[in-house]
Amino acid sequence: MKKYTDTGKKDTRSGFGAGLTELSKTNENVVALCADLIGSLKMEGFIENSPERFFQTGIAEANMIGMAAGLTVGGKIPFAGTFANFATGRVYDQIRQSVAYSEKNVKICASHAGLTLGEDGATHQILEDIGLMKMLPGMVVINPCDYNQTKAATLAIADYVGPTYLRFGRPKVANFTPENGEFVIGKAVMLNEGTDVTIVATGHCVWEALIAAEKLEAKGISAEVINIHTIKPLDEEAILKSVAKTGCIVTCEEHNYLGGLGESVARVLSLNNPTPQEYIATKDTFGESGTADELMAKYELDAPAIEAAAEKVMKRK
Amino acid sequence: MSNISQLEDFATQVRRDILRQVHAVSSGHPGGSLGCTEFLVTLYQEIMNRKDGFDMDGIGEDIFYLSNGHISPVIYSVLARSGYFPVEELSTFRKLGSRLQGHPSTHDGLPGVRIASGSLGQGLSVALGTAQAKKINNDDNLVYTLHGDGELQEGQIWEAAIYAAAYKVDNLIATVDYNGQQIDGSTEEVCSLGDLNAKFTAFGWDVLEVKEGNNIEAIVNGLKEAKSRTGKGKPVCILLHTMMGNGVDFMMHTHAWHGKAPSDEQLELALSQNPETLGDY
Repeated sequence: MKKYTDTGKKDTRSGFGAGLTELSKTNENVVALCADLIGSLKMEGFIENSPERFFQTGIAEANMIGMAAGLTVGGKIPFAGTFANFATGRVYDQIRQSVAYSEKNVKICASHAGLTLGEDGATHQILEDIGLMKMLPGMVVINPCDYNQTKAATLAIADYVGPTYLRFGRPKVANFTPENGEFVIGKAVMLNEGTDVTIVATGHCVWEALIAAEKLEAKGISAEVINIHTIKPLDEEAILKSVAKTGCIVTCEEHNYLGGLGESVARVLSLNNPTPQEYIATKDTFGESGTADELMAKYELDAPAIEAAAEKVMKRK
Repeated sequence: MSNISQLEDFATQVRRDILRQVHAVSSGHPGGSLGCTEFLVTLYQEIMNRKDGFDMDGIGEDIFYLSNGHISPVIYSVLARSGYFPVEELSTFRKLGSRLQGHPSTHDGLPGVRIASGSLGQGLSVALGTAQAKKINNDDNLVYTLHGDGELQEGQIWEAAIYAAAYKVDNLIATVDYNGQQIDGSTEEVCSLGDLNAKFTAFGWDVLEVKEGNNIEAIVNGLKEAKSRTGKGKPVCILLHTMMGNGVDFMMHTHAWHGKAPSDEQLELALSQNPETLGDY
């Protein structure tokens, strides 16, 4: 199996901050907005370089989304940042009408997504945001897996014209994708070729999938691991090509199984090549307080859960 | 510069357009549309700095956002008769495949519209973003908005009102269609707005009132006064006292025509009170 090395744990939100800081120097049309969470979103670098292009809205997310839409009229590329919960559910109608339906080039940048926000608990742990965002016509939905990829995604979405949802997280996690790697929106990344089972994962679950694949290899099971950083548009070809070979699939995400990556994959499979599928996802439940690792284990989103799901789905072939 | 009687003729034709659009599809919102006719005619024909043609960015010209999107018949008529698209297209209002959707949208590429509106309370935030973009672009043109008074019950309006004053967004003129009516009754009965002048003033805005909001001369003077107050560190608010259904006697003094179309007989009566001036579409 292909080896991946963790070059040192880093948070994906810092990858976003690094990307945004770079954009402050390389793209004069990029502007940023934040609703009282500058430090959490790591936006200090952008603000230091380009204070005139930063807008602090205070704790008023609806106004922030509307302002972001308005800033596009005048040629700006707004990056609006807050926690994923407040960047989606709280402002759904503002995003729907002023951004998505109005086809505005707004980048909704959502940190602290999913369970791994940790101790703050369920009020802040949104597990429905991928579903909310992917249902909006024209919205691109991206959930990168580590620091390097989040930075690359931040740079890539500045060059894409259209409404975009960029989801990332709070905890420090393995950083294993290449520094300054290429990020192609909508193009899945093959991490390990295998023949017995396909594991597609997004966000923090990608590293867990790689650990699971190693354990499976020790048992003589060849797992194909694919990083689906873009949930919409989904790389259907990569998924169909893989299951044609393996005949079964596990989908992994830090999100409810209703509305997430797993359902998007299931739709593609049911239309083209019905395939046994297991879901690594939260099971229509809210989260709770705890450490990130504890929560990933309790809600069965970690490597042991993926390993077990892979063995289970293989028996359904 | 147009003279007042020319603007009044223009407004009369717009009222006919509103009534005919709504009647043709037996749906739409004539009351608020009629009440804001003089304001929008004056804004587009007399006040705004507008470039020829239309581009989404609107750099180098004034920009208007209709936040209360349900009064689409009036903005469609004013835009068409201001040259943004063919007047004949008004006959497609609310019909399948039309660029003139029930509520304004950018989705279908209608020139003159820069944001979708319909779900209320969002236009002021959008205007703030554009006003800030104009400042970054060193574009000294203004951003105008129009809001329903009932719309001010939406919380987002007050988020935007706080921001506008806190960050001295002084290239913005927000006008409130202060007709005192909303779908379920008078604003006083439904959920009183209290003293709006005091509210906006307390929020740090420069507020002026136009008491005769259906009188074109009063509107011209009010908008000119508002423009003179821009660039002085405060956002500017106009409380435009209007009459819902203005220009059609049986549609005035009631909220009944907020979202109701006239019958054939009612249309005939309404049109007889507003004789053709610029030519029907």
